[in-house]
Amino acid sequence: MSSNASMAKRAPSSWSVRAYLRRLATGDVVAHMVTLIFAASIVLIATLLVFQLWNNSAASRQQFGWGFWTTQTWDPVFEHFGALPFIYGTLVTSVLALIIAVPLGLAAAIFLAELSPRVISDKVAFLIDLLAAVPSVIYGLLGIFVVVPLMRTTIGPALKDAFGFLPLFSGPNYGVGFLTAGIILSIMVVPFIISVSREILLTVPREQREAALALGATRWESTWKVVIPWARTGITGSIFLALARALGETMAVTMVIGNDPKIRDSLFAPGYTIAAVIANEFTEATGKLYLSALIELGLVLFLLTFILNGMARLLILATETDRGRAS
Amino acid sequence: MRIVKVLGMLAALLMFGTAATAADGQVLLNAAGATFPYPIYSKWFNDYHQMHSAVQINYQSIGSGGGIQQLKTGTVDFGASDMPLNDKLLGMFNQKILQFPTVLGAVVPTYNIPGVSAELKFTPQMLADIYLGKVTKWNDKEITSANPGVQLPGNDIVVIHRSDGSGTTFVWTDYLSKVSPAWKSQVGSNTSVNWPVGLGGKGNEGVAGLVKQTPNSVGYVELIYAIQSHMGYGLVENSAGKFIKASLASVTDAASGAAAKMQKDIRISITNAPGLQTYPICSFTYLLIPSKIADSTKRDVIKTFLRWMLTSGQDMVESLNYARLPKAVVAIEMKQLAQVQ
Repeated sequence: MSSNASMAKRAPSSWSVRAYLRRLATGDVVAHMVTLIFAASIVLIATLLVFQLWNNSAASRQQFGWGFWTTQTWDPVFEHFGALPFIYGTLVTSVLALIIAVPLGLAAAIFLAELSPRVISDKVAFLIDLLAAVPSVIYGLLGIFVVVPLMRTTIGPALKDAFGFLPLFSGPNYGVGFLTAGIILSIMVVPFIISVSREILLTVPREQREAALALGATRWESTWKVVIPWARTGITGSIFLALARALGETMAVTMVIGNDPKIRDSLFAPGYTIAAVIANEFTEATGKLYLSALIELGLVLFLLTFILNGMARLLILATETDRGRAS
Repeated sequence: MRIVKVLGMLAALLMFGTAATAADGQVLLNAAGATFPYPIYSKWFNDYHQMHSAVQINYQSIGSGGGIQQLKTGTVDFGASDMPLNDKLLGMFNQKILQFPTVLGAVVPTYNIPGVSAELKFTPQMLADIYLGKVTKWNDKEITSANPGVQLPGNDIVVIHRSDGSGTTFVWTDYLSKVSPAWKSQVGSNTSVNWPVGLGGKGNEGVAGLVKQTPNSVGYVELIYAIQSHMGYGLVENSAGKFIKASLASVTDAASGAAAKMQKDIRISITNAPGLQTYPICSFTYLLIPSKIADSTKRDVIKTFLRWMLTSGQDMVESLNYARLPKAVVAIEMKQLAQVQ
């Protein structure tokens, strides 16, 4: 009985070792371990980042507490720091960028995936991928030399004539400000939206379109009512990618936003973003509180990105279940 | 991201540091700090290496704040700063730090008023009031009375300042704090301040670009930048009541005017210095040297280098448009050099 049991125990273990070795040889386990380590490293990097930001911002967190989020002053001389104008600037420029870039990018992606001949579509897609690789300082220069003068002499006055009664388009127009930064950001993020959305649209199965057409839908109806809803999650993903890039953009924004940490209604007014102020002031910042306030700004940006992403994901989840119930 | 970058830099420096002691006969020094004097520092370190092939000095121009941080953590042998370290900052070090002025720089007002080609004259009060947002139009009495005969428009003044932390901003705000009590109490001086009005441009080129593009604007840039990019700039009234156009000579003059006071404290600010021909908005840039250097080879190299920099090294600075140190200041620094042990 006992020898039987020990035999039974031994047999499967030697068998499983051999199986393990065989699986190792065929690469399954190795692949599993390597990919697991890589996936874990992402979590590790994010954790380390937050840990560092949290630790190094201790002085500022103790001094200002939650008030840091709602204070409007940024005064390195008297060491009084608040993040609100930077949060405002970051949100306004990113939202502006998306308002401009999403319709533009989506329309372009639909054309490239659904309507244009494949040859043209592939060539244009190549160009768009090139655009996504242009360094941001180049976009900043483009902003300074082209968009800013255009804003001051043409776009700004035209908007003022048309919508001057709104506080959004009133006040002095220097050429630099929220709107210019939003425009530059939209140019920077639009390649992401086009490129990713086009790929997603191309993966929608042919049968889906054909079925819609067979039911008597027009080309446009099949695109709008069948293809887009099918690709919706992927398209939203491309918009997140664009938003993330817009939130964290530094160089191009600081070159055209005017760098003035104040909250103003007008889109023509100069503003400031979190990423821009960190890049501008970190190298020359002296003193513990000043440095730690700048690092806390980094923490704020991290949390802001986290919250926005979370909210957007919840939104998708909500609409998904809605759709599920409807159908 | 920034932290990761800094950590990477630290790691690289540490590796350099250990490699340096390993090589025999070679002395490798690491330094980091201010960007403003980077061109002359790299020329000095390079020329010195040509003369003494065993000595190599690596200088990372990562900004004064970064230089101070790295000196504090001991990752560099010496630092560099555009702003003299005050007692509070010095208190953060666990050793005594000596500050050696190396060259002089100046900051000049620049402007763009369509239809005005004359060189404008700026009084100290006028500059402070413009930057405080009290004087808002170019034809304000304060401006026109200093500039008789110049036809100034009634347009709004667009004030432009640096957005990045910089020694230039420190000098500019230090000067405004000296000449205007209102500025001192409301804004004060630092590498970045809470500007009451205006737009921020990144770097000298950012300010210059904004001024060039924005009609009716006024800004400030380093003298070197203005000279190299052939920009026009205004005259500023000095403490003797004369309007001076900044030049390398008038900047060195300001330093000799202040030399007497530097005997007591080498960190004395030389903005608004006395003297008939002195330009009022200028400052030193400093090397930060620990007073105790344990490694005797490194100590000797640093001391020899400093001596060379203060004597023959000074003959090179004007070719790069920096103003040289006056003799009186060199003498004071030679004396301070003896304190490095």
